[in-house]
Formats: sequence, C-alpha cells, structure tokens
Amino acid sequence: MSDALKIALGRRYRFAASHRLHSERLSAEQNARVYGKCNSPYGHGHNYVVEIRVSGKIDPATGMIANLADLDAFVEREVIEPFDHKSLNEDVPAFREIVPTTENVCKEVFQRLKHFPKARLEHVRVEETSNNAFEYAGEET
Amino acid sequence: MVYLTRKIEFSASHLYHNPAFTAEENQRVFGKCNNPHGHGHNYTLEVTVAGEPDPATGMVLDLKELKEILEREITQRMDHRFLNYEVPELKGQIPTCENIVRVIWNLLEPRIHQGKLHRVRLYETPDLFAECCRNGANLA
Repeated sequence: MSDALKIALGRRYRFAASHRLHSERLSAEQNARVYGKCNSPYGHGHNYVVEIRVSGKIDPATGMIANLADLDAFVEREVIEPFDHKSLNEDVPAFREIVPTTENVCKEVFQRLKHFPKARLEHVRVEETSNNAFEYAGEET
Repeated sequence: MVYLTRKIEFSASHLYHNPAFTAEENQRVFGKCNNPHGHGHNYTLEVTVAGEPDPATGMVLDLKELKEILEREITQRMDHRFLNYEVPELKGQIPTCENIVRVIWNLLEPRIHQGKLHRVRLYETPDLFAECCRNGANLA
C-alpha cells in the first residue's frame, strides 16, 4: 500500500541578503526601465524564505524520510551559510554571471540542494517577500 | 479539474522512541523528541480534493460533508491525544509527521466519495510539514 503513495517532507528556512538587479546585456536606460528601483546601484535587501520538499521511503526504524538534523545541516552548509547576510551579487559566484532575480535564486538553491544524499529533492520555493514567491522543481527528465 | 482545500487544526502530544534502539541510539537519532514524557504540537492539516464541479450544485464536494469526515476521522481520533498511546493506527510506528500523514491519508481516502483525495499536508510547526499523494500525482 505504501508504495502507491508518495510522501514528502517539507521544511522552511530563512536568510537575509542584498541584491541588485542589473544586466550587463542591457543599456543603463534599459536596466532602469526593466528593473526600476531594483536597479539602484548600491542594492537593497530582503528576508528570503526557502521552502523545500524532499521525498523518499519512510525508514520504519525512525519513521523518517530523512533525519531533520541531517537535512538542516545540509541546507545550512549549502545555502544558508553562503547566502545569509551576504550580497548575492558580490558574495555568491553564480550571480557574478547571472542576475540574482529570485527566479535565478530559486534555480541556484535547487542546484545546490539536489545532491542531498538521503532523499530526493522535489521542489524549491523561494519567497522574496510575503507577496512574491518563485518555485522550481528541476527540468523534466 | 478543480482542487478544493479544507484546513483543520488539532493539538496532540507524542514522543519518538524505538524500543529496538539502545538509550544512546534513541537519544542520538531523536534528540529532544526522545523525552520520555513526550511533548506536543499544534498541528495544521490541509486536505485537498480534486474533481469537477457538479453542474447542479457547482461543488466538487459538499464542504459540510468534508468537515464532518474530518471531524469524525481526524479531530475525534487525534485532537488532545497522546499519539503514541491513544491512536491505534499509529501503534508500532514512530509518530513522525511522515507517518501521521500516511495514517491520515489512509483514513480519509476511502471516505471521500465525491471527487478524489488529491493531497494531504500536515504541518507540525509552520516550518515543518509532510505531505502525501498518490504516486504519479502532481504534488504541486
């Protein structure tokens, strides 16, 4: 019966970071028009929320898909520590090349977490503010 | 297809302990959740049913009926209970969010006759939840 069911574990994390939306592919005027206030040269910050879901078999000995302590330590190491109280543009190498919109942050978080060894990463949701959320589940394979 | 979600809350206590583990293993694997006297949470349950609205009523299913099913199957069984000792369906299992959500799925699925149970999500805290659906269904 349990194989007919898919069970996922969801966890929410937080980090605070700054970013500036500015594309080298656009002129100064285009950047100002496309990104508006987000193009302000010194950047600005958000309290981000990262929600992830991982799926897998429930270990009958522990009742768990993955031990939360392992999951939390992995996310802390891969995402929270490198992103929290950082400038995404300056401090996260991936965003030297691509604009740190929250769409791209969401994909970067997915890339960093998809190697979690103890369960399958299903879904990443990043909330930039309580009104803006972005979700990514990897590409269809 | 339309997806309808009803939310309920219940409060319950539990503890994590595997009798096959040594005391040290229980402590290492379960940490604070291994406290022998237990601890509690305010659980939030979201139940999503998928279906086409009935042309005569405009409803996927009658919310009153869903509310009664949730009251009878979940609230009466789990609210203000010690999950380890008072919920027979959890006997012999560690009452983690994952195991509770599976028990809830198995209690609810046969009771939903209009539409189909699509997803059950159980929040143990606002930052921790487990969810269940049929394999192959889209969890999003």
